[in-house]
Amino acid sequence: MRKAPAAAELLGIAASQTVGPFFQIGFEDLYQTDLTVPGLAGTVITISGKILDADQLPVPDALVEIWQANSFGKYAHPDDYQDKPLDPEFTGFGRCPTNAEGAFQFRTVKPGAVASSSGAPQAPHINVSIFMRGLLDRLVTRIYFSDDERNSADEVLNLVDPARRSTLLARPDALYPGTYRWDAILQGAQETVFFDF
Amino acid sequence: MPNPQSPVASDQSRLVAASLRRVPLCGYRKPAPGIHPPHLHPDYLASLKRAPAQPLVPIPQTLSEITGPCFQPHHLRIGADLTGQGKGAPLGQKMLLTGRVLDEDGKPVRHTLVEIWQANAAGRYRHLVDQHAAPIDPNFVGKGQLLTDDEGRYQFKTIKPGAYPWRNHPNAWRPPHIHFSLFGPAFSTRLVTQMYFPGDPLLPFDPIFNGIRDEAARQRLIAQFDWQTTVPEEALGFRFDIVLRGRLETPMENRP
Ligand SMILES: [Fe+3]
Repeated sequence: MRKAPAAAELLGIAASQTVGPFFQIGFEDLYQTDLTVPGLAGTVITISGKILDADQLPVPDALVEIWQANSFGKYAHPDDYQDKPLDPEFTGFGRCPTNAEGAFQFRTVKPGAVASSSGAPQAPHINVSIFMRGLLDRLVTRIYFSDDERNSADEVLNLVDPARRSTLLARPDALYPGTYRWDAILQGAQETVFFDF
Repeated sequence: MPNPQSPVASDQSRLVAASLRRVPLCGYRKPAPGIHPPHLHPDYLASLKRAPAQPLVPIPQTLSEITGPCFQPHHLRIGADLTGQGKGAPLGQKMLLTGRVLDEDGKPVRHTLVEIWQANAAGRYRHLVDQHAAPIDPNFVGKGQLLTDDEGRYQFKTIKPGAYPWRNHPNAWRPPHIHFSLFGPAFSTRLVTQMYFPGDPLLPFDPIFNGIRDEAARQRLIAQFDWQTTVPEEALGFRFDIVLRGRLETPMENRP
């Protein structure tokens, strides 16, 4: 076995490029807006929102991808070391293009709490990638739930300027029980917090 | 890949899980500055209203960032031969596109989903929004999917896409390219990129390609012509290796 190369010998990674306006061709076969599967444990929810640009105009050619744990707070991935049950067939992956109104929607299960690096539970959250024409690199953020009391102790939320934390919170829709509203505002007042890691 | 943990874990797998819990998390290396293009790139006009104005907020990599979607063969809907999706052969120069998906340490990224999409030989996408006055090829859809093999290898059979005009600036033309989407092992390694062709005269004028500040990183997005995979009488061989973020060796480096 060869020894792992020193940092200077690392291969150079591939740079990101825009998804462009025609991503539907390559992505439509794996669009997944309903993540639920038969026998799935937990509370089924709908997350509905819009992507808005600097002028608050809807972005009709964006792609939203989500990655989430199941209701026990367990990711369907071999590196999740937590001793928690998996839901067979639940992948935790969703992919939805925005429509002409800039809107997207996912039907899924509310994720449980996943351990943080320190071992303390994180507040339930959904990991989000946003791709679009005009962005040479994806935007990454998280959706938390405004009605979850665990938010106040969340290590990642607490790294965010308190004045901007609300941009990460999905809010229950008063008219539609089980539906949460969350918009991503790309630029300007109420600009959504995006992460780097 | 089958997940080693089942919903009804045996006593032994519970023991394994309990011991694993003490293994600290190793995140993925952060890309060096200049590799990924900035979100705001004024030469690319569409970035002006869509790029965030606030700086990104650094966060540590948790389980959420070091895990990511896993795809299995039964998830795939289309194949890797883009020349066989119509009733006849598509027009254009046939090419065999091969390469490996690796991490920064040179280790293969196995069984990872690769998706591609592209214009036809005339530079036209099969998409309602594409108004370029070039012909649609009834025998070319322009999309492919596969999972890399045990060595991280992939192979698509396709045709060389044409250049196409766009409205970013007067007389703007995109150099021929193939769009690539990769997941890698984690949410941290998700990548959407484009592959370009060697010796292309449009490359120096393309704001999308040149949004990458690092010269070597730009060169890495250019495929290489390859005699080894060129099929006599049939198809030109091009090679394009893709390197994704590699894993840190110690959890101490796993800091925002
Ligand atoms: Fe394109």
